[in-house]
Amino acid sequence: MFLKPQTKKPEAAKHTVDPALQPWVEKYRPKTIDDISSQDHTVAVLRKTLQSTNLPHLLFYGPPGTGKTSTILALARQLYGPANFRNRVLELNASDERGIAIVRDKIKNFARQTPRAATASADGQVYPCPPYKIIILDEADSMTQDAQGALRRIMETYARITRFCLVCNYVTRIIEPLASRCSKFRFKPLESTSTLSRLSYISSEEHVGVSNEVLQTLVDASGGDLRRSITYLQSASRLAASTQPPTPITSVDVLEIAGVVPDHVILKFASRLGIEPSGDTMDIDMSTQKTGFDSIREEVRLLVREGYSGTQILSQLHDLTIMHPTLTSRQKARCALVFAETDKAFCDGGDEELWVLETALRVHKALAA
Amino acid sequence: MSLWVDKYRPRTLDSLHYHAELTARLRALASSGDFPHMLFFGPSGAGKKTRVACTLRELFGPGVEKIKIDQRVFMTPSKRKLDVNIVQSNFHIEITPSDVGMYDRVVIQEILKEIAQTQQVDLNAKQRFKVVVISEADSLSRDAQAALRRTMEKYMSNMRIILCANSTSTLIAPIKSRCLLIRVAAPNEDEMSRCLNEVAKKERFDLPPSAAQEIIQDSNGNLRKALLVLETLKMQSPDLTGPLTIAKPDWETYCHKLADMILQEQTPQRVLDVRTKLYELLAHCIPPDVIIKTISNRLVDNVAEPLKADVIHWAAFYQVRMRLGSKKIFHLEAWVIKVMSLYKHFFYDVDLTGDFED
Repeated sequence: MFLKPQTKKPEAAKHTVDPALQPWVEKYRPKTIDDISSQDHTVAVLRKTLQSTNLPHLLFYGPPGTGKTSTILALARQLYGPANFRNRVLELNASDERGIAIVRDKIKNFARQTPRAATASADGQVYPCPPYKIIILDEADSMTQDAQGALRRIMETYARITRFCLVCNYVTRIIEPLASRCSKFRFKPLESTSTLSRLSYISSEEHVGVSNEVLQTLVDASGGDLRRSITYLQSASRLAASTQPPTPITSVDVLEIAGVVPDHVILKFASRLGIEPSGDTMDIDMSTQKTGFDSIREEVRLLVREGYSGTQILSQLHDLTIMHPTLTSRQKARCALVFAETDKAFCDGGDEELWVLETALRVHKALAA
Repeated sequence: MSLWVDKYRPRTLDSLHYHAELTARLRALASSGDFPHMLFFGPSGAGKKTRVACTLRELFGPGVEKIKIDQRVFMTPSKRKLDVNIVQSNFHIEITPSDVGMYDRVVIQEILKEIAQTQQVDLNAKQRFKVVVISEADSLSRDAQAALRRTMEKYMSNMRIILCANSTSTLIAPIKSRCLLIRVAAPNEDEMSRCLNEVAKKERFDLPPSAAQEIIQDSNGNLRKALLVLETLKMQSPDLTGPLTIAKPDWETYCHKLADMILQEQTPQRVLDVRTKLYELLAHCIPPDVIIKTISNRLVDNVAEPLKADVIHWAAFYQVRMRLGSKKIFHLEAWVIKVMSLYKHFFYDVDLTGDFED
């Protein structure tokens, strides 16, 4: 009964015959751990475990799109091969019910089974197939404290025949007793060079003509999240290919897909707040500048009407302010305080228009002081 | 006889009036075969839902317009029953999970699993996948969003998700990185007047430019509101000439009255009066966020320049408090009292800057 989710998977896979229609994120998911971009340290350690076929409990953590889930899936596939993968690996994620009842029932039942004898793999390769099973708990930070607590004893009792791999974004949400039972691996945001090489590999595989400059824009817009940059690349290429006649991908396309607010809009907004545009962007009309309350409110209203997201405006405004050449450190510090508070408010469900306006007013005040 | 808003809602991508570039983009996506998950965001009344519907039609053909409404019952782990209305056709399903409040995760899990595990049986269907449209995605709880994450990847072969939201700020990053973001901006004035004129033409009457201008000003980028106002005005005076009075909704006038009350007098007695009025608004299901925004907008029009920033600051402050807390009226009241005291102190010239900084 508990094997149900697993048996579904190959069936579903059978129907996705056309690889051209697959999302590239899935298509280019690393098959072996040697394919993992960046994360040299983690990969080195895991390669050792592959040779010795001994595995500690694992805890992977790091920001989204750095390859945590891909790594453990690739590792499991390399350990067991396709034939044994199904009955040796249990993957649970936040979309499955994972309350305390499930931990006591489903996970415990799977954990205490003695692993079945390894069947010979059909593709003729030899897999290590060590005598234990793996339970992957994806997005473990969304498990309740109680459910995590119930795991503690299970992890120890069945450690001989079952290894756990917890995957999460925030290691602080994992209770200390669990974390101390695992060897922890931190996944760093990808360096731009490895993202770049992965992207250019994919684009050459898919025969997408894309310039280095555009790739660089992609990398900048995604901030170390490889999945996001691949999604953007696929969408951009799809759009570019379907226009008549097909056009090459431009940086503007990429920025629009990524939801980035265009530079001139942000600069205009910033100059209303009293941040003088620096250097080469002096072409903005400075004569109409007034900085009263009403003009700021009008500007905010326009921004919100355009539908730009509050967090995006905030992060771009932040970059602009912090990198600004002429503002004093004190002014920047005051602004940073405001940005931090607004970010918190957005997380707590603050109203976008109200809070963008509030930020604008306080930045204006901080700069005037 | 349906409202003009529904009657003249564009049904296909070709008949959309504005954002031509976006339309081309959507058409390209629909025809390419590998349709991604999508997230539509933009202010209300900008046409997000219309675009979603048009895209679905482009994907599946006219079959998507044959919809039926189901009421489904879900069971929470604690054996509570939830009733949810589901709009579905053979090809897609539309849900508003935030209707059930904190239990939205159950609904998301059940529905998505169900859809994901059934194949498209209709052999004539244009696409192999089904589409799940989730409205008001920005009010999904954290749990529900987490539940979406891996499902979106795992069941990609026979399901696509389209999320509709007003803002993307409350969506967690993993969701955003799995979706193609589509920004639907509010139409500008030219585009709005073109739409209004087209509706007028189809209804066979002339729309004087001055009236159109007034409606556009009033609606502030919300095309739905503009069309509703147009229809109302047409009912009131069939020739649409002469001075027009665009009736404000009752709650808006009520909020304005409240704002004026706050400024007239700052006494405990007045606080009590305001409190009953706030209760009345809440009892009529006006969302507290809207109340605080409307009142503060009115207030800043009527107070002195140095006070304006403070009013907004505290409105923003208490708006977030309201989201975090559970009893809205407390925070609304606290804000009203804060504004009263600021106003009074300003008049008696007491320095309050220390209060603002911390």
